[in-house]
Amino acid sequence: MSQLFSKKNKEVFANPLSINNPITVQVLGICSALAVTAKLEPAIVMGLSVTVITAFSNVIISLLRKTIPNRIRIIVQLVVVAALVTIVSEILKAFAYDVSVQLSVYVGLIITNCILMGRLEAFAMQNAPWESFLDGLGNGLGYAKILFIIAFFREILGSGSIFNYNFVDALHLKDFGYLNNGLMILPPMALVVCGCIIWYQRSRNKELQEK
Amino acid sequence: METNLLSLFVKSIFVDNMIFAYFLGMCSYLAVSKNVKTSLGLGIAVTFVLVVTVPVNFYLNQYLQANHLGFLSFILFIAVIAGIVQLVEMVVERFSPSLYASLGIFLPLIAVNCAIMGASLFMQQRVSTDITSAGAATVYGLGSGIGWLLAIVGLAAIREKMQYSDVPAPLKGLGITFITVGLMALAFMSFSGLKI
Repeated sequence: MSQLFSKKNKEVFANPLSINNPITVQVLGICSALAVTAKLEPAIVMGLSVTVITAFSNVIISLLRKTIPNRIRIIVQLVVVAALVTIVSEILKAFAYDVSVQLSVYVGLIITNCILMGRLEAFAMQNAPWESFLDGLGNGLGYAKILFIIAFFREILGSGSIFNYNFVDALHLKDFGYLNNGLMILPPMALVVCGCIIWYQRSRNKELQEK
Repeated sequence: METNLLSLFVKSIFVDNMIFAYFLGMCSYLAVSKNVKTSLGLGIAVTFVLVVTVPVNFYLNQYLQANHLGFLSFILFIAVIAGIVQLVEMVVERFSPSLYASLGIFLPLIAVNCAIMGASLFMQQRVSTDITSAGAATVYGLGSGIGWLLAIVGLAAIREKMQYSDVPAPLKGLGITFITVGLMALAFMSFSGLKI
């Protein structure tokens, strides 16, 4: 048991959450990160879906890693990921139809999410299933965390609500001349907010700065 | 009919731009856009693959829908894309070794570019509205590709100029690139509502 949660394994899990975050440091999986973050609810569903798929595809590829011929490994990885994404997409359609409509094509696009391919290539092909599972979980949650932060600011400033609870109307802020910033809902602001998160993180961690 | 295709073409370049409206293909977009020449090469390769894959997936989708196999579409789309990218790679290597050398690693990586998969998925969504024939699907693929090409060459040009400007240290590199793309996307928003 102590071996399962050794210091190295903890690092494998915790590093992607902060110092080696997939979005802000490794620059992987940006596409979907920005598109689904206008509201908190789809952002969280998306983050959790990616976490589940990353963790399990890492485990499956890690179990198969000694039998996959090197030349066709990309195809094998794509098939495993596509199968998992199909399962998640069908589950979402069955149990959370509204959210799956909001996410539209971005659920299918998890297949080509670079985090998945990046982690499979860089980690699962060389490591045992348990470490790979932790690595997938850590990277998925690191991704979910950034999604949550971006969606939080965009929903508060853009729609004046948190989890669809409209606090601007509840507090009658509009009577005092408050207006929602409609610009925050538009796609360009997702990029700018993400740029600001990177700015904040790099001014705290000097070693991440580029020359 | 012709005006419809023209409108679809212009819309897919400017209004539904892959990068600025949907953030598709962002990973390679940010990684490769350091100089104009390689960006142009990658842009052309992406456009070409899009023009081939979208109509092929259009026919595939018709077949799947007719046989109630819709849930298989993700796996088959990605298989078609990976296969065609492999094919394009072999053809380019055989007939134009110089182009093959200049594209290098980017060619195989196109298979996992979200813009390619995204165009097929959007096509699948819009089958009942405006992409009703294989011709329209081809035009949509071409337009999306050119839009992507335009975006990556534009960003590469800005980043080449930006090398000489004094950016705050924590924003250098990735941070300022994000904000630049955000401002470019804001500029592209002015095309929305464009009609022909």
